[in-house]
Amino acid sequence: MAFYVVQFLTGLASAASLFLVASGLSIIFGVTRIVNFAHGAFYMIGAYIAFTLTERLSGAFGFWGSIVLAALAVAMIGVIVEMVLLRRIYHAPELFQLLATFGLTLMVEDLVVLIWGPDDLVGRRAPGFRGAIDFFGQNIPSYDLFLIVLGPVVLGILWLLFQRTRWGVLVRAATQDRDMVAALGVNQKWLFTSVFAVGVFLAALGGALQIPRDAVHHAMDLRIIVEVFVVVVIGGLGSIVGAFVAAVLVSELNAFGILIFPKISIILVFLVMAVVLIVRPWGLFGKPEAAARKTPGLTVNPWRPLTSNERLAAVAALVVAAMLPLFAGNYLLTVGSEIAIFVIFAVSLHFLMSVGGLASFGHAAYFGLGAYGIAFLAKMAGLPMIVCLLLGPLLGCMGAAVFGFFAVQLSGVYFAMLTLAFAQIVWSIAFQWVSVTGGDNGILGLWPSSWAASPSHFYWLALGVAALVTVALRAMVFSPFGYALRATRDSLLRSEAVGINAKRIQWTAFVIAGTTAGIGGALFAYLKGSVFPDNLGISLSVDALVMVLLGGVETVSGAVIGAIVYKALNIWLVSQTDLSKLVLGGFIMLIVVVFPKGIVGMLEMLAQRRRKSSPPGSPLLAKPIESAE
Amino acid sequence: MSATPPLLAVEGLTKSYGGIHAVRGVSFSLRAGEILALIGPNGAGKSTCFDMLNGQNKPDSGHVRLLGEEITGRKPREVWRLGVGRTFQITATFATMTVRENVQVALISHEKQLYNLWGSAPKFDRGEAGRLLELVGMGGYADRPCGELAYGDLKRLELAVALANQPKLLLMDEPTAGMAPRERVDLMRLTASIAREKSIGVLFTEHDMDVVFEHADRIIVLNRGTLIAEGSPAEVRGNPQVQAVYLGEGLVYDARHREGTSA
Repeated sequence: MAFYVVQFLTGLASAASLFLVASGLSIIFGVTRIVNFAHGAFYMIGAYIAFTLTERLSGAFGFWGSIVLAALAVAMIGVIVEMVLLRRIYHAPELFQLLATFGLTLMVEDLVVLIWGPDDLVGRRAPGFRGAIDFFGQNIPSYDLFLIVLGPVVLGILWLLFQRTRWGVLVRAATQDRDMVAALGVNQKWLFTSVFAVGVFLAALGGALQIPRDAVHHAMDLRIIVEVFVVVVIGGLGSIVGAFVAAVLVSELNAFGILIFPKISIILVFLVMAVVLIVRPWGLFGKPEAAARKTPGLTVNPWRPLTSNERLAAVAALVVAAMLPLFAGNYLLTVGSEIAIFVIFAVSLHFLMSVGGLASFGHAAYFGLGAYGIAFLAKMAGLPMIVCLLLGPLLGCMGAAVFGFFAVQLSGVYFAMLTLAFAQIVWSIAFQWVSVTGGDNGILGLWPSSWAASPSHFYWLALGVAALVTVALRAMVFSPFGYALRATRDSLLRSEAVGINAKRIQWTAFVIAGTTAGIGGALFAYLKGSVFPDNLGISLSVDALVMVLLGGVETVSGAVIGAIVYKALNIWLVSQTDLSKLVLGGFIMLIVVVFPKGIVGMLEMLAQRRRKSSPPGSPLLAKPIESAE
Repeated sequence: MSATPPLLAVEGLTKSYGGIHAVRGVSFSLRAGEILALIGPNGAGKSTCFDMLNGQNKPDSGHVRLLGEEITGRKPREVWRLGVGRTFQITATFATMTVRENVQVALISHEKQLYNLWGSAPKFDRGEAGRLLELVGMGGYADRPCGELAYGDLKRLELAVALANQPKLLLMDEPTAGMAPRERVDLMRLTASIAREKSIGVLFTEHDMDVVFEHADRIIVLNRGTLIAEGSPAEVRGNPQVQAVYLGEGLVYDARHREGTSA
């Protein structure tokens, strides 16, 4: 019995940090409507700076002073980020905001390694809370008790702040209707900046308070951000009480999940989240959102099928690509195959995201499932390559059918978070179910049959499949189904009013996109000769998003160009520098802020300007990332 | 042998939000080819009533029947399949698609080709889409992106979309709200002529009394959720109860006067 009580208390102690970070995210979202992916990064910087300060400053005052100083310093960094980056993207679609802050996260990850080195850092114990308390033979660290008390205290302080101060009233008002607050003469700029600073302060404080419990390391940002997403989604975005209750719930699920299902402890939390989202899509304490903002910007150029000249050009480009083996060496051909595979992956997400308006943040799950499908079929059933290639993607298809069914019940940010969570479930299965998936060691030794074994043959295979997939998906955009899908993206209300079962159309699109991604994953498994959990990880999902965005969300086939440019750049960067994340993150932010329409979107815009140079571009063109409202 | 059931029969429709009785026991019916106006002051329950007719909102009790068939509480898309088209107070269109594509979507849905993955949508019922657009006077706008249209044109597009499944009944929620006086008259004349020609029943809510009295065959008046009057425009205009709760300030004649001078 005492053991369970101690386990419960440990859970409560973990909840404190989680609550701090989650409440910060929630407050920021409430007012600015930005889901700050970089919140985990601020948490991590908080921990690192606190570590450095506590090493320098001695004594009890030094320690506690360091914790607060670290949080204040990070809050200052937050202010700079808000003024330099976020102010430019408040009116951008949610997807752009998530991506920009993700880019920031990537940069921070490299910067942290650059400054503090790659090793784990073990911090000092907190003065006054070094020991443990005996509880019927079980030890409870006294620092845990401190954290258990701290959580509700912070909740109380935040409550007072929001209920009893003028600033708090303004924040609550802005959370309900920021336009009205602006109309009443409140300086919105500084309100947003101060809210962001408070949110970041809470994140950094959460990070700093972790150092007596946990080692500080450079991957702690992603781990916390996924958990925080889960917390705010369960509790309800924008609700602080919700963040507290959900933080406790998630921490307890973690604490007891390990005892009950040691193999699938991670899954438990995500399952609870999925259930909450389906029963109460806006979270336990959240309020239903008003009409969601359109995910892609408003397309001004109507989409049309290619003219015969453009078709010829596309075929010519394909022929040129097919001639690569005539003059390129094996390394270049392997790179070419990889790019072709990522074209498949990118166009599959593009179909879902641009045509269907459903920005999946976990699309890699279906890519990876396709890859694992191959691994199971080839290694366990011993089937020949051609059979595997046909059947392997079915695993991606099945995954998409199951997860897609739930995911399409939601839209916007919630859709993004749910797809991310599902991808994490799949990832954790691949990671934890060692007996079947090999866990972290993956499944090795998947080699193509002799007919596709040489680099040039494999390149042609990948190129051929990529071309086929691109053409097929493009045809679908201009099929009756494609029109129906675009209709559901533009107006759910109108779709339903003309007899369209919108959820079922979106679900179908999800399955098509997932299966296509699975085809890419299947080829990828053969290209690499192995499958790892990374093949369905977050970073791969984000790669896909960046490829689509780079090509242009509002284009029909921009993802092809996006994939080629991004992948080539990525492979080249990784071979050139150790700081690829830093460059990549900066690159992502640059696209979002400067080229929100992507490469193909830019070209289309320029072409159109030239075509009709006399009438100036419509206001929508002039303000490309202004929201539709 | 009983007489054929009316196109639309509404019986004892009731809906409350918490303690507020938005709609209380409303009953009325509508014949094919008839144009019926639903009027009432702000907050009378018009929109709530309207939304319950095509399944946008579920009634607490009461019945809605289309040609005798119970459609109460059916989903909007099911009601549409039974031949009920609708336009919205705030237009709902597919903003990134062209005007023609908007109509084509409705035609694709009408012909149950929504899951056709390989056909060519740009060629789908192009002729029929063109005819519908001509009908509402939007023929010249077919290739324009819908997001660029003026508000009045959007209303006309909505009408074309609503007509795509050859409806028996058209529900139009404030069809002329936000339009210029000239456009209002045009749109309602158009609607009336289409309705008469194709024998479509039309139910519309409207704040503009000129539009109501000029085009409605019959008017029903809602106040605080209850039906207080029903009859021809002349009867409703002369009804003292209606005048008391709704037209008591002589709004009709004021409005007439204003519009008359401005037009």
